Amino acid sequence: MFWKKQLPIIIVFLSGVIMTVQYFVPLHASEFVFDNYIKWGISIGIFAAILGYFSFIRVHIMKITKKAPNWGYSIVALAGVVLMIVAALIDGTDTNGYYMKFYLYICASINATVFSLLAFYISSAAYRAFRARSSQAVALLLAATIVMLGRVPIGDYFSFWTHWGLPSFYDMAQWILNVPNMAAKRAIALGVGLGSLLMTLKLILGIERTYLGGE
Amino acid sequence: MNFWEKLEKLDRRIIYIIITLAVVLPFFFRMGLPIKISPETKAIYDYIQNLSPTDVVFISGDYDPQVDAELTPMFEAIVRHCFERNVKIVVSNVYNPQGVGLVEPRLKKLAQEYKKVYGVDYVFLGWKYGYSLLIMGMGRDFKGTWQTDYYNTSLEDLPLTSKINNYNDIALVISLTGSGAYVAWIYYAYVQFKAKIAAGITAVMAADSYPYLQAGQLIGLLGGLRGAAEYEQLIHHPSLGSAGMEAQSWSHIAIILFIILGNLGYFMSRKKK
Repeated sequence: MFWKKQLPIIIVFLSGVIMTVQYFVPLHASEFVFDNYIKWGISIGIFAAILGYFSFIRVHIMKITKKAPNWGYSIVALAGVVLMIVAALIDGTDTNGYYMKFYLYICASINATVFSLLAFYISSAAYRAFRARSSQAVALLLAATIVMLGRVPIGDYFSFWTHWGLPSFYDMAQWILNVPNMAAKRAIALGVGLGSLLMTLKLILGIERTYLGGE
Repeated sequence: MNFWEKLEKLDRRIIYIIITLAVVLPFFFRMGLPIKISPETKAIYDYIQNLSPTDVVFISGDYDPQVDAELTPMFEAIVRHCFERNVKIVVSNVYNPQGVGLVEPRLKKLAQEYKKVYGVDYVFLGWKYGYSLLIMGMGRDFKGTWQTDYYNTSLEDLPLTSKINNYNDIALVISLTGSGAYVAWIYYAYVQFKAKIAAGITAVMAADSYPYLQAGQLIGLLGGLRGAAEYEQLIHHPSLGSAGMEAQSWSHIAIILFIILGNLGYFMSRKKK
């Protein structure tokens, strides 16, 4: 019980208090703590990455042995890992090596292609879901249209009224981003900041314990 | 089903074809639309323009292939500008290991084009675990935190990095990202060490960054492909960013027309009922 509950809470409490104190107290001891924290953090993180790697391999091997749904994809996933490791071992991770070529011409291309599909889904979703059903929706539609036109050069091309001293789509988009958008974002950021501070305090003081596994 | 109902339930394949044409055709039929330079892009350009050949710019390619089309034009434009001005650059991928494969070949290509010497004019650090720890560590001990470059050469042995101790020796940090990495740079490098930060981010994220810009925590901002295109115009080297702006223009027009048509179909069919 002590190892699973009290000890993690003590470690979190001490770490939180020490790191808070070192930030605000400019002493050599603070610098020592900070420097060692960085070295420890990087070292622990590397072990976590190794753990993640083994966990990935274990999950997929189990899926294959149990013939779980879509187990075929697990073979592809494991083969990808083995292929990249072998490629890196054969001729390093330099630009002209197999490792980088596999990454650029397979992995990067697939990633970019999948992400590009979003443009089509967004267009289809905009057509079907973006309805001016209420005054708020109309305001959102107008703001979105102005920003979309203001962020591309064709918006200025269409802004023929600028000859009469009126703002172009670009000017209107900049105003939306700099005034109402910024006010809303700042309010959200303040809320998130205060929430994070509260959560940190709850963690340090041992009030928030869900990270221990449930309850 | 009448005309308006058909319009409301337009086959999505038609939408896909129109979007495809709106993206592809502008690459072949250019209108040569002028691109207005925003103050946030100009701020980064002016800052680098005023640096001397002894200054170092740290560029962090914190992005992955999904946002390569938006951020690589920014990366190339900034590297070109630094190389033209003989400003030294250190490139890394602090936040995202996937950025290594995207950034390293382009950096090498540009260095060859401008005849720059590795270790003297530029250095590539690659990726290392723990972005927040790295950013904080660089403020205390740059060489101790990174230790070696991407090619396993000690930073002490490279003339450029041997002189860098912390953020006082770095004139500007630029984070190119499709995530919240630039905020980490503000939290850990600006707040703790007063490093100068600029960001190049995807268009969908640009709206989030304006509070940081107005507060002076970012000295400038490149927002989406437009930011890249603006920077290309400023350095008089139109490339991928500028070429993509017309495609983006027409795809935005297509989406706006879809929204109008969708609403027209919705309201007219409701009126009939």
